Amino acid sequence: MKAARSEILANVRSALNKKDIEIPSAVDERLRAHAINTVPARVSGADADRIAIFIEEAERASATIERIKAPKELAGAVTAYLKSIDEEQAVRAAGHPLLKECLAEQTILEVTEGPSDGTDTVALTAAFAGIAETGTLVLCAGSESPTTLNFLPDTNIVLLPEVSIVGTYEDAWAALRQTMGSGVMPRTVNWITGPSRSADIEQTLLMGAHGPRRLHIILLADS
Amino acid sequence: MRSTTRNFVDNAARGLADDKLQAALGRLSQGFPVKRLETISRLPEFEQLRDDAIAIKRHTLENLDSYLERYEENAKVSGAHVHWARDGDDAREIILGICRDAGAKTVTKGKSMVSEEIGINEFLADNGVEPIETDLGEYIIQLRDEPPSHIIAPAIHLSGAQVADTFKESHDELDADRDLSEPRTLLEEARAILRKKFLAADVGITGANMLIAETGTSVIVTNEGNGDLTQTLPKTHIVIASIEKVVPTLEDAATILRILARSATGQDITVYTTYSTGPKRADDLDGPENYHVVILDNGRSSLLGGEFEDMLRCIKCAACLNHCPVYKAIGGHAYGWVYSGPMGAVLAPALLGLGETHHLPSASSLCGRCQDVCPMRIPLPRLLRQWRRRWFETGGEDTKTRLGLAAWAFLAKRPALYRPLMAIGTSVLKLCGGGGRRFPILPRPEGGSFVDQWKRGKR
Ligand code: SF4
Repeated sequence: MKAARSEILANVRSALNKKDIEIPSAVDERLRAHAINTVPARVSGADADRIAIFIEEAERASATIERIKAPKELAGAVTAYLKSIDEEQAVRAAGHPLLKECLAEQTILEVTEGPSDGTDTVALTAAFAGIAETGTLVLCAGSESPTTLNFLPDTNIVLLPEVSIVGTYEDAWAALRQTMGSGVMPRTVNWITGPSRSADIEQTLLMGAHGPRRLHIILLADS
Repeated sequence: MRSTTRNFVDNAARGLADDKLQAALGRLSQGFPVKRLETISRLPEFEQLRDDAIAIKRHTLENLDSYLERYEENAKVSGAHVHWARDGDDAREIILGICRDAGAKTVTKGKSMVSEEIGINEFLADNGVEPIETDLGEYIIQLRDEPPSHIIAPAIHLSGAQVADTFKESHDELDADRDLSEPRTLLEEARAILRKKFLAADVGITGANMLIAETGTSVIVTNEGNGDLTQTLPKTHIVIASIEKVVPTLEDAATILRILARSATGQDITVYTTYSTGPKRADDLDGPENYHVVILDNGRSSLLGGEFEDMLRCIKCAACLNHCPVYKAIGGHAYGWVYSGPMGAVLAPALLGLGETHHLPSASSLCGRCQDVCPMRIPLPRLLRQWRRRWFETGGEDTKTRLGLAAWAFLAKRPALYRPLMAIGTSVLKLCGGGGRRFPILPRPEGGSFVDQWKRGKR
């Protein structure tokens, strides 16, 4: 398919009247600078209450939210939530250090760790960040965050430290670049805004299409 | 996918006479457009974001070769296999080859209009690989062996009762007397059946809403989560994306995402936005072992630098369909191919040629709603007029004019459609009327139904 590649690029260049096959420095400069375009003032201002906006927007997207003050409160919060939706006290959890810390001493929940094979009903994960602008969770694939947990179990419970709530999409990319380096991405970055849904039948909006039926976010306060 | 656009006149007639379709199309106006206004009203920067997005696309198209090369380079660094396809033939062979290498029996698919464009499903099935659509709407129309009637809501033309009939016929292993009267029970049935398919598939094929040059990343947006199950569970993930999907940076993608869902479904953002960069890594616990990207041209490069270049900014949001009086009267199937509404009427002639599609640019009142709501401010009415002119230049004038008049007569008889058009009558006149132009746009409606007139026009 070498031929196809050079043919397509040649067609593009001739349509653009480009004689030079060198990549212009302006292109690489733009990629290096990754400048920010317009961002919503509501969440980017210094005095924006990002936590309050995150909660409002996530709820608008039909997620449920609660706040805990300390890591050791997580197990109790999960237990109470599972009781409220009539689920068994068992979770499939991501092997995330923060979750391990939170669940270290608890005995009420049955916790197994690892990706999902489709037989688990409840997932417990920890988000890399939350984006206030649309109440969006950011999860990055890796040993601490298997992607299958985000999609296969019926109920998705996500722990999000309040310090990890940023204002805009661009803020989330900046945070990721700080962690991974510029130009490097995890295999998968999942932005999740509310539970799965479909309106494909008569435009009736229904939750729980192929992914989770419920998304419950537990915010962990700054300690 | 084979086009039936040649039969547009009959297709449109069938659409107009179909009561179930008319009921479904009636619901459309109450849905997406209302929600669109709501969400936009909460984002004061929306107009500025549109301008930014246009600037991003313009800059990228001006340097398309460079950004494609940088995208490819960065994707390869992450372990992606990048393939280039000049046309549908190339793309089908590449995809079949990957499926064969993977020993694939079944392939799950996320919704991808480009994959419909190249007719990958028929081709795979003919070659012994079973394709399974997993977006609920796509799944329904696949069972019915129909093309999508809307680019983001492929089964929008159907009633719940029709879907129930389809499921009873197709899922014949289930109790024939089960109650499928509610959308919820239909969804649950599809969910249960498709869950097994997701877990069993050997290959997953998705489209891409964007390719990001900076990082070599492909992006999909979905609400159901089907795209994610499609690309996470099988051993091999194939992305098919057309050349104009590339954007420079993550920040540029963010700008486009802010206008995409708002213009499409009226959501602030879709439930899932997924960024994929290469295959499973050493410390990953799940994900595909092979990650392929097929970059498809299929006629798009020939639009660059020409009078239809603006169309390459299209982000397939469907706002122009949702606001088009003609689309909402005849439905998407009338257009006879994968792309419908105003964007389809501009794109189809570019990709299929005017011989097949010359009816489409005429099937417009040039009311301008599409351009107003298009997040990329694509001058769709102007592009439609350009196609008309081209058709005239190639000798189709007679057919053409009469079709245009007939379309107007049809609208004039339907006050609900006519009024919004008249409200912007001056701009329509400016665009289309007067002074030696070839498209008198406000003729007095003549006798006979729309259908009759189209038939006459065709003669
Ligand atoms: S032409 Fe504009 S409104 Fe229509 S689908 Fe494309 S981007 Fe959306």
